[in-house]
Amino acid sequence: MRRARQLATVFLLLVALASAAAGFLAPSGYAHQFRDTPDASPSRQHWLGTDDLGRDRFARLLYGTRVSLCLAPAAALLSSLLAALIGGVAGFCGGRLEQLVLAGTDLFLSLPWLFLLITIRALLPLNLPPVTSVVITFMLLGCLGWAVAARVICSDAHLLRNCDFILLARASGLGGWRLLVRHLLPNLMPIVYAQFWLSIPIFILTEANLGILGLGVSEPLPSWGTLLRDLESCSSMSHLWQFAPLLLLIAAVSCFHLLVVDREFPA
Amino acid sequence: MRRVLFTVLSLWLAFGSARAQSATQLRFCLRSEPKTFNPLLVEEDSSDTVRYLTGGVLVRLNRKTQKLEPGLATDWKVSRDGRTIAFTLRPGLKFSDGTSFSAADVAYTVQQMMEPSLHSPIGDTFRSGEGATESKILAADKVAISFPAPVAGLDRLFDQVAIMSASSAKKEMAVLGPYYVSENHAGSYLMLERNPNYWRQDAAGRPLPYIDSIRLDIQQNRDLELLRLERGEIDLVNSIDPEYYEKLVKEKPALAHDAGPSLDSEHMWFNQVPTAAISDYKKAWFQSANFRRAVSEAINRQDLARIAFRGHARPAVGIVSPANQFWFNDKLRPHPFDQKSALQRLQKDGFRLHDGVLRDVNGHVVEFSIITNAGNRYRERMATMIQQDLAGVGMKVNVVTLDFPSLIERITRTFTYEACLLGLVNTDLDPASVMNVWLSSAENHQWSPGEKKPATAWEAEIDRLMRAQASTLDDHRRKQYFDRVQEIAWEQEPFIYLVTKNALSAISTSLSNAQPVVLRPQVFWNVDELKLAPEVAATR
Amino acid sequence: MQRLLRHAALILVTVLLGGLLGATLVRFSPAFGVDEAELDPRRSSASIESIRRAKGEERNIPAFYLHYLGRMAKGNLGTSRTLNRPVLELVVTRLPETVKSVILGLLVGWGAGLLLAIPIAMFRSWALDIAASTLAAILLCVPTAVFALLFVVLRTPGRLVIALIVFPKVFRYARNLLVKSALLPHVLTARAKGLGNLRVFARHILPNVAPQLSSLAGVSVSLAFTAAIPVEVLCDLPGIGQLAWKAALGRDLYLLVNLTMIITLITLMANCAADLARPQGARA
Repeated sequence: MRRARQLATVFLLLVALASAAAGFLAPSGYAHQFRDTPDASPSRQHWLGTDDLGRDRFARLLYGTRVSLCLAPAAALLSSLLAALIGGVAGFCGGRLEQLVLAGTDLFLSLPWLFLLITIRALLPLNLPPVTSVVITFMLLGCLGWAVAARVICSDAHLLRNCDFILLARASGLGGWRLLVRHLLPNLMPIVYAQFWLSIPIFILTEANLGILGLGVSEPLPSWGTLLRDLESCSSMSHLWQFAPLLLLIAAVSCFHLLVVDREFPA
Repeated sequence: MRRVLFTVLSLWLAFGSARAQSATQLRFCLRSEPKTFNPLLVEEDSSDTVRYLTGGVLVRLNRKTQKLEPGLATDWKVSRDGRTIAFTLRPGLKFSDGTSFSAADVAYTVQQMMEPSLHSPIGDTFRSGEGATESKILAADKVAISFPAPVAGLDRLFDQVAIMSASSAKKEMAVLGPYYVSENHAGSYLMLERNPNYWRQDAAGRPLPYIDSIRLDIQQNRDLELLRLERGEIDLVNSIDPEYYEKLVKEKPALAHDAGPSLDSEHMWFNQVPTAAISDYKKAWFQSANFRRAVSEAINRQDLARIAFRGHARPAVGIVSPANQFWFNDKLRPHPFDQKSALQRLQKDGFRLHDGVLRDVNGHVVEFSIITNAGNRYRERMATMIQQDLAGVGMKVNVVTLDFPSLIERITRTFTYEACLLGLVNTDLDPASVMNVWLSSAENHQWSPGEKKPATAWEAEIDRLMRAQASTLDDHRRKQYFDRVQEIAWEQEPFIYLVTKNALSAISTSLSNAQPVVLRPQVFWNVDELKLAPEVAATR
Repeated sequence: MQRLLRHAALILVTVLLGGLLGATLVRFSPAFGVDEAELDPRRSSASIESIRRAKGEERNIPAFYLHYLGRMAKGNLGTSRTLNRPVLELVVTRLPETVKSVILGLLVGWGAGLLLAIPIAMFRSWALDIAASTLAAILLCVPTAVFALLFVVLRTPGRLVIALIVFPKVFRYARNLLVKSALLPHVLTARAKGLGNLRVFARHILPNVAPQLSSLAGVSVSLAFTAAIPVEVLCDLPGIGQLAWKAALGRDLYLLVNLTMIITLITLMANCAADLARPQGARA
């Protein structure tokens, strides 16, 4: 298992490195349209062929990886912190507050957040560079993704509250903030950490889903979501190179899964 | 005993095969559920299809010859002032439910259609001035309808008016067309049965339509629709995307039909609303004809047609598609792709290209955004290609895809956009149908809707010409006026027309008499004459 | 009993609140009250004006919601603006389609998950374990929408996508649980006494893991419903997921409020069933 984890780390590092060196590896850039050769097969010039506008698929894959690999962890960090705050406090305080928060997360999970995404996208200034708009989309996803993790953290905090050492600390007069900061938070860290790693692939997948539904990154910037959307026009299984983004996505997400401590749902 | 058995068996077989032969069923797909069965309220494609298949109309526009033909009316006459039309009706007709048809039904339909509270979109096309519409029943088979003001192309407009029964208990479900709706399984499929009381017969005196029933499956997914066509589960796809067309050509070329340029075009325009919340210097660019012409010339329309539409489109000329045989101004040509000429035009307005960046006379970098609707791959592709084309003259373009309602809100209410790329679906050939686009006071005058008075001299001129053509009855005089409108629009380019899409369709080989055309409904416009091969009929 | 009642009350309040919040979100989303018909070139200015006015009445959210609740009490769920049909009729015709997909997905997903997990736990088959775990790991990495797209390209029934979403979760959880249970002292003792595999499983392992598996069942139901939206949209299945998507694109207030409530109800019921199935006092 440890070997597998090391391999996963190496693979992810390699992918990250390749995407960082995209400008060097794929000098044609992600936006240039080679209009004489749209939908071309792989060649020496275009390693993965070109897409329906004649853009180099390999360059798009590298730049798309950059977007997804940079922003998914950022969104995951945001959502784990929110989850730690909400879930931790609720579990620690217990009682009515905990019930309220749990009911609130249930409610939160079933609301049509798609609207908030549409709203924010529609409210963004039109001349915003695609990069900024994609950053905002990811941050928004981060703000919306706390609910599931909060439930997990809440139940852990609840368990911790009744642990001997906390009871002991309470008995010796420690209370409120200090108890939370000194004893509870350090003990919650592993689970928050696990939730962070666990939610990275979730955000990658969410972005992919949004991209396929047409709500993802705007043209001409690529991301895994917009690249996967090209599968829609993929006429048959004969153009296997078109599946490269999907393979990379599967490989990267599996690596993230391997890195996560063995902690599984249900919450 | 054996003989009896044989007789019974052969009778059964004969009966069975006769039944199989009589039970011919045409099948095709609707992209969404029809929103209404009331022919006067029809707005979207699906309801329109049902109306076309079931509704009986006084006069019918032959989709192939683009000429009017008698329908429920054997004869009609428009008065000299263009306000009144008199119809002589075909005698002895009955609605699908057996109620008899008379002039009273025509009067009832017109009265319903013009009812202001109904907000019938078809009724709107007849509204030319203030006042009431009057229907006079002159005899059981004669009716005259008078409008408060002259209506241009009055007779053609009746091609869209399906006559409803004034007395039938079934209301709008009693119809005069070739079929009637017999079952409606919401969200899944519709069944239409042959109308036994339909009036048309073929040359040999056989009653039409030939096909007994139509099954309309509701199927949004085009992949699945194509798959079902290839499997023989459906008989036609009325309008098919270039990508699927290409796929079909590879797999089953016999089914694919390209009828050439259609009436539908794609265009983009700049926001010229004076009150819009965009900076003044940008408004100045957008209001300059030189700027618009330069953008137009910097766009490679051939590439758009070749790459974005896989060759199944043509560079667009202007307002009217060449497919509109009578009204198209054939002196006009598409704007050529010429970035040098574009730069010269820009220089006339003081724009300067330096280091690949275009700046206006005050040094502002030329950058604007094009919005289009998310999910339309063709428009997204065109916008991305235009982005690269315009980069060639130093303009920086941002492409923003919005969901459709957000886009409509921006272009009709808040005017918070700079340029927009959309398509126009034309159903009507007559210029009267685009009055609400070209009159400067109209709401659909999209570059600057609802102007109190024309903002420019050329808009005033278009207003004058459009009004003149609308109040003239002689079609050739009207065409002269409208030709001039086309020329002004070509010179000024408030709308930058990009491509005219081809009318692509797919038709099963078992369907005979099908003659795909460019007007809607492209494949089943002659539905009452379509025939299915016997072997298909026997398997259904 | 009291616990059940409390749960029911909580669910009711949350569902109603969900409806209100859903309505508010829709109301304040951009382009609320905008109709595609406004772009129809045939329309006169007067008729466009009237279309715009007609949408005005849904703008006041508290008034709308009170009015809506009043009508709902009488069994009237309102009329969908985009589809021009009563919401109740739409839901009644569309729900069975989604339920069918979800049940099929759950049955196939659970069936495959358990069929693979049980032999792995009982026979300690390494090869099977590695093969099945890898498969599950890969399936877990594919976005639902990609599955749906691939199924359309490959021309396979879209309903099975839900099974592919449910399977890896069920398999991984059940496998871990069963493997752990199979190593418990009393199970080992039973085996040592010569009890057959089937008996060991039925008598000693199953009772032990049943409560946890049933709580997984609750979660997998809501998982399947969530997956139904992209699947139905992309594979063109006329269920509620597709309806919800159309409603969202059309800003269809009545339809969306009702669908939000239904989805909230299903999520809560699934969670609540899982909660009730757990022994008193124990927490996840």
